Amino acid sequence: MSALELRGCARVISGPRRGDDINTDYIITSRRKRESLDPQVLRQYLFEEIDPAFAASVAAGDIIVAGKNFGCGSAMEVAVTAVLGAGIRAVLARSFSRTYYRNAINNGLLPVICDTQGIHEGDLLVISHDAEMKVRNTTTNETLTADTLPQIMLDIFDAGGLVPYFRQHGDFRV
Amino acid sequence: MLGKTISEKILSVKSGRDARAGDLVVCRVDCALGTDGSTPMALDYFDAMGGKRVFDPERIVFCLDHYAPAPNRATGLLHQRMRDFAAMHGIPLWEVGDGIGHQLIVESGRAQPGSLVVGADSHAVTYGALNTFGTGIGSSDLAAILMSGRIWLRVPESIKVMLTGCLAEDVYPKDIALALASELGADGASYQALEFSGPALAALDLEDRLVLSNLAVEMGAKNGIFPADDKTLAYLRDRASGPFHAVEADPDAHYVREITLDLDSLVPQLALPHQVDRVIEIRDAIGTPVQMVYLGTCTGGRVRDFHQALAVLKAGGGVAHGVQLVVTPASRSVLETLTRDGTLAEFISMGAVIVTPGCGSCCGTCGAIPGDGVNVISTANRNFKGRMGNSNAAIYLASPASCAAAAVSGKIADPREVHK
Ligand code: SF4
Repeated sequence: MSALELRGCARVISGPRRGDDINTDYIITSRRKRESLDPQVLRQYLFEEIDPAFAASVAAGDIIVAGKNFGCGSAMEVAVTAVLGAGIRAVLARSFSRTYYRNAINNGLLPVICDTQGIHEGDLLVISHDAEMKVRNTTTNETLTADTLPQIMLDIFDAGGLVPYFRQHGDFRV
Repeated sequence: MLGKTISEKILSVKSGRDARAGDLVVCRVDCALGTDGSTPMALDYFDAMGGKRVFDPERIVFCLDHYAPAPNRATGLLHQRMRDFAAMHGIPLWEVGDGIGHQLIVESGRAQPGSLVVGADSHAVTYGALNTFGTGIGSSDLAAILMSGRIWLRVPESIKVMLTGCLAEDVYPKDIALALASELGADGASYQALEFSGPALAALDLEDRLVLSNLAVEMGAKNGIFPADDKTLAYLRDRASGPFHAVEADPDAHYVREITLDLDSLVPQLALPHQVDRVIEIRDAIGTPVQMVYLGTCTGGRVRDFHQALAVLKAGGGVAHGVQLVVTPASRSVLETLTRDGTLAEFISMGAVIVTPGCGSCCGTCGAIPGDGVNVISTANRNFKGRMGNSNAAIYLASPASCAAAAVSGKIADPREVHK
């Protein structure tokens, strides 16, 4: 993977289960999708069911931090593009639902699997990956090791997502 | 070398290599479903990828089910876009009113033993009932399939779910699935396959198996797969021409976990708002008031679900005052059967609201939306806050019989008590 560094402010999502099992309907409700698929429209409603103040306060570069099973439920991809629409480039979670994980990779949103329990709202985080993926919490001075991405996911993510990947190759390269 | 699970074997065939749990493989798909919830975005991706020609239109099918009929102009335009694209590229399309895509994939014989069928919708896991590797994908994945006919997949580890014993009266496959969700939790099978097995399978009809496979994703599973047997082949006899390549697990296949569920001792279950794995025995919630009862969805909208519900409603003397009973058949064929056999007329005479076959208000995109403070009991698979279009409503999940029992009294009730 090409070296990459993302810096941003931790935005801890809590919801009914202290950050666990944040489903895609909580990220963006299905009924909003009925009105528009435009990420710039949908970003206004991010997390409205569980954190109504989030959308207005999110800033480009912020990093979402959650517990386990982030993005469970519906496979709807707007739950990824709406997050990207708000300028967020990475989500940290203890685990992801598989559909959210693949949608994230396919759109160039970095899903980072690590132990998020010690991260607090507002902490300044630096995600870096050269040989391995690391998350440095500059507020607490802790460094977490994250799961690295398998090769084909790296290729897709490095290309910028599945669209640029396919524009480049026209098919999967195996 | 160890033997293989059903999922490892199917993905080996579809990827053309010796696929083992944990491997990332690129597979040829036998069929891919796009719904009106996911396809419009997939078409944007397809255009952005520079797509001109669809790789194999016969292996794709579109379905207009989430907005059926279209509740507003924006969704009407999405439908039109899908119709235009399908017509231009020769892709089959199921129209508004034909039913829920997952149900139609099964009814049309597209989910076959040993095949790989994906859907741009999480409940594509339903096809596992037919020994199909069925899994949910996103819109970008669907676009890649339109381009190339292929998809990248991580080969899942498998959890063996052993079912023993047999279900008591008034206990149903939905109760098995909820008990399993409770045992595993919402992420207990993340990235993994559920492989059903055990002596109880033979007694489960295909419609029963569909319920178990359908709910697999609520435990985070990638797929929920059954072996094929006479019932699988009997179901497919008039729907597909074969030959079918049924796949069974090797005796020395490796499972990350084995769980056994004894059906003999199972009692009716209930998922509490707003999590599918917050499950209790229904007898511990008796008396909770209910204002809406929802019968439908890709979990509980098939013919036998309505028959089971109607039997309880009749035994109990109909629908209580103040309860809205909503009936949404999973497909036109289900609706036709219910019309022919008189079930529909009975529901209508009990004051039920009948909704166009499709997703209805399952995810709050059309159909009957509950009001503020309303408790809903539903045959669906999800009860997240806001799921049915109103975050001030609360959704309970149960079997069709348990939902009907609640309709009888206006309160959550044990279906075993209604007959007495
Ligand atoms: S019926 Fe409900 S769960 Fe099934 S596909 Fe439609 S919206 Fe999804």
